Amino acid sequence: MPKITYIEPDGTARTVEAEIGATVMETALKNDVPGIVAECGGACSCATCHVYVDEAFAAKIEPPSPMEEDMLDFAFEVKPNSRLSCQIKVTDALDGLIVRTPGYQGR
Amino acid sequence: MSEPNAPIATDAIIIGAGPVGLFAVFELGLLDIKCHLVDIQDKVGGQCAELYPEKPIYDIPAWPTISAQDLIGKLMEQIKPFAPHFHLGERVDGLARANGGFRLTTDAGSVIDAKVVVIAAGGGSFEPKRPPLAGIEGYEGSSVFYSVRKIEAFRGKSVVIAGGGDSALDWVHNLVPVAKRVTLLHRRDQFRAAPDGVNRMKALVNEGKMEFSLGQLHALEGEGGKLARVIAKRDDNSTFPIEADALLPFFGLTMKLGPVANWGLNLYEERIEVDTVTFATSAPGIFAIGDINHYPGKLKLILSGFHEAALMSQAASKIVYPDKKIVFQYTTTSSSIHKKLGVS
Repeated sequence: MPKITYIEPDGTARTVEAEIGATVMETALKNDVPGIVAECGGACSCATCHVYVDEAFAAKIEPPSPMEEDMLDFAFEVKPNSRLSCQIKVTDALDGLIVRTPGYQGR
Repeated sequence: MSEPNAPIATDAIIIGAGPVGLFAVFELGLLDIKCHLVDIQDKVGGQCAELYPEKPIYDIPAWPTISAQDLIGKLMEQIKPFAPHFHLGERVDGLARANGGFRLTTDAGSVIDAKVVVIAAGGGSFEPKRPPLAGIEGYEGSSVFYSVRKIEAFRGKSVVIAGGGDSALDWVHNLVPVAKRVTLLHRRDQFRAAPDGVNRMKALVNEGKMEFSLGQLHALEGEGGKLARVIAKRDDNSTFPIEADALLPFFGLTMKLGPVANWGLNLYEERIEVDTVTFATSAPGIFAIGDINHYPGKLKLILSGFHEAALMSQAASKIVYPDKKIVFQYTTTSSSIHKKLGVS
């Protein structure tokens, strides 16, 4: 199974195994990774699962849909590598993926 | 804050008009309990309407798939015979015991007296997201506003509006005619707002009637609750100041437990503890159903909320009609239920 590493703002890193087809958000919740709220449960309608994707993986992930880009307007400290983790599906190509969680998800 | 209106008397107040609050109208209605519903949103449906109206739900019994908004539409149709009263766009302010029941007040001045209160508030009330800016709390209500009560209050002021959605654009258009200067601050030059509002905003910028700045909120500067300027940050991390008497941030909504947290009910991790026989809270006469409650084995499912509404109604009936014996009846065969539903 592919591995994903979540890094908190204070540098705490957690590496967990992810199921193919699950989202990066679901994988975080299933493994009790803090810093991802996912208030809407994955409907791309709350922007509380905001993460920063490590540059090395940017090209391996489909770019955000217009809906996701719109939803990112409701996140804070948005950067060029900002994504909503509910919109990133785990594939074999993402083995070793590193995402950083922001300090604040809006609540 | 509005002047209080004359009190309305009813049997049950339901806080929250999401799917579970709506279905509670049906179950209470079968037992002749009349309902008023209060919801902070200006539409019924709760999270179904606010977060995922177009998304299909697959675990509503007998509906292999149904969209959230269709589910709400069907529930509204189902409860129509019971003529519930809705107080939408109103935030519950206070709840007190009165006349052997309860008196609930809202920020719109509604005063509702009832024998029982049913909290069906889901994840809590939808409240505006607060930007993570140091010291922002000190400016809220004096220079930072998440909604506008009086447009006149901004006459002659320099106003920064942050965000790119319909709320941000609507307030741009409302405030440009009265404010000294309006600056729209947004992270990109594309907008999720309706194109018409965006085009009109761009025209105002071209006519020199307002400004648009690319960037994100970074810091606030001012003294004693009085804002002097907003510091914004560009994508390259450089910052720039915008003079401002007021800031209106529009970054969508998040769910908070809200005023319910202050009612002295026993809570478990921001949810209300209930007895699974009656769905009563720790305060007699106050019930909690749906996502907002907690009990061992709780599942946050709409179908669980429906079941909870049915059991709660039995217990509520004993309070509303203490002398009446409840006769269990099926909707399929009961002639008295058929009369209530208008299908006899």
